[in-house]
Amino acid sequence: MAFRTEPITVNFGPQHPSTHGVFRMRVTFDGEVIVDMEPVFGYLHRGSEKLAEERTYTQVITLTDRLDYVASMSNNLAYVLAVEKLCGINPPERAQYIRVIMAELVRIASHLMGLGFLLNDLGAFATPLMYMFREREKIMDLFEMVCGARITFSYMRIGGVAEDLPPEFYPAMTRFLKEMPGYIDEYEALLRENEILLARTKNVGILQPDKAINGSVSGPNLRGSGVPWDLRRADPYEIYDRFEFDLPLGKVGDTYDRFLVRLEEMRQSVRILNQAMEQIPKGPVRASVPMLVRPPIGDAYAHVEAPKGELGFYVVSDNSIAPYRCKIRSPSFINLTVLRDMVLGWKLADMIVIFGSLDVNMGEVDR
Amino acid sequence: MTRLLEARDISAQIEARIPGTTLGVVSGKDPAVLVKPEAVLEICRFLKREPGLEFDFLVAITGVDYIDHLEVVYHLTSLKHNHSVILKTRVYDREKPSVPSVVSVWQGADLQEREVCDLMGIAFVGHPNLKRIMLWEGFQGHPLRKDYL
Repeated sequence: MAFRTEPITVNFGPQHPSTHGVFRMRVTFDGEVIVDMEPVFGYLHRGSEKLAEERTYTQVITLTDRLDYVASMSNNLAYVLAVEKLCGINPPERAQYIRVIMAELVRIASHLMGLGFLLNDLGAFATPLMYMFREREKIMDLFEMVCGARITFSYMRIGGVAEDLPPEFYPAMTRFLKEMPGYIDEYEALLRENEILLARTKNVGILQPDKAINGSVSGPNLRGSGVPWDLRRADPYEIYDRFEFDLPLGKVGDTYDRFLVRLEEMRQSVRILNQAMEQIPKGPVRASVPMLVRPPIGDAYAHVEAPKGELGFYVVSDNSIAPYRCKIRSPSFINLTVLRDMVLGWKLADMIVIFGSLDVNMGEVDR
Repeated sequence: MTRLLEARDISAQIEARIPGTTLGVVSGKDPAVLVKPEAVLEICRFLKREPGLEFDFLVAITGVDYIDHLEVVYHLTSLKHNHSVILKTRVYDREKPSVPSVVSVWQGADLQEREVCDLMGIAFVGHPNLKRIMLWEGFQGHPLRKDYL
């Protein structure tokens, strides 16, 4: 006797602990296997691009904080780079160093959260996450010293940064840089060869390199597939050409590779930070820029290697005090293009892990 | 450094291969190639496949409302050669603007075209699943248009 079977569609989210915010997926299962998945966006859409058109160039910096809210410094940086390109402003050397230091610190903080939540999704509930939050807390303290805020920094300005590093920053930073490699070793010892982690991530959610490039995937997800593309190396902005660092690459392109790439990238960030703290010159931290910036008519696109991938701002100016158009090319949003193809054929529990391994931030997806 | 290719050269190369599709160069900070909207798909295919160009990575698709026309901007990069180009196309019909979809060339265009369609109201002909993405079905208007209040 044959059983009559039919596919079943399940709604997943937007309120769900494993969706990293408010993401919704409509998943069709054949038994336990995923046969179709449709991502549904927009639950955190605030119209940042429209809001930017009604604010002055400096005020828009506060909007960028609220995109990828675990890596606000990178967002600040990408935006001010775009406006500086439009106006032809060159920030002082010290300001460029400070910006790079902040961007690398925030990369460590973002990867810590990305890895912690991935492990949360894997069932290692809260323990690894709390280990990682322990270090993230130290980075937050450093940010608090320089700008007074812990999440929404608004620290960078067109032509530099808001203020110079305070004296108490240096000893705290030295200590952090001394301790951090040991902590990364600790995560690695705890996780790298953990049997459950291997079983759940090895060969799960493989993203082929040509597929990743065609899908405009960027950041650690692209490098996890073995494509050596990092804007810090390929198109060095600020002063990245002065630092030595390696590009960790994956071999298979599975969830485990993306995990390892992020782990290794934190080590490379510490390397860059050590070099930057050694080289940082004395001097002003802000170019002389008028209070109300009026860029000449035209458009400019600037991009940075944010923790999640290529973050770009395309700013159009009509010579007024507010951007005529401010487009945000957000890595999290575009990385989700390939999600459907990655989860097909896997089971529900794997879908959560594959989604977690892409490390998206909903503030940046919906904007 | 990613090299921005000379827009004039790219324009000439496109014109030589697909005559009558380019409209010159938009000068500015980053000069861009201006092309006819109906030829976008053909030109993108050419730019992706032509040896020496090979723009395999679609960075961004942007819609801009210039009131008398709508502009779609394509930022393209080649990971192989580490160079880039900017493609612009203008549509003058504000009621029913449409541009061919490039999803068949780069899958990365999928969500981005949906976003431009949703917020700027430009239809991408040939897109497999063109519906609103940020806003809900049934929403009236396109917020990034300059006449949306």
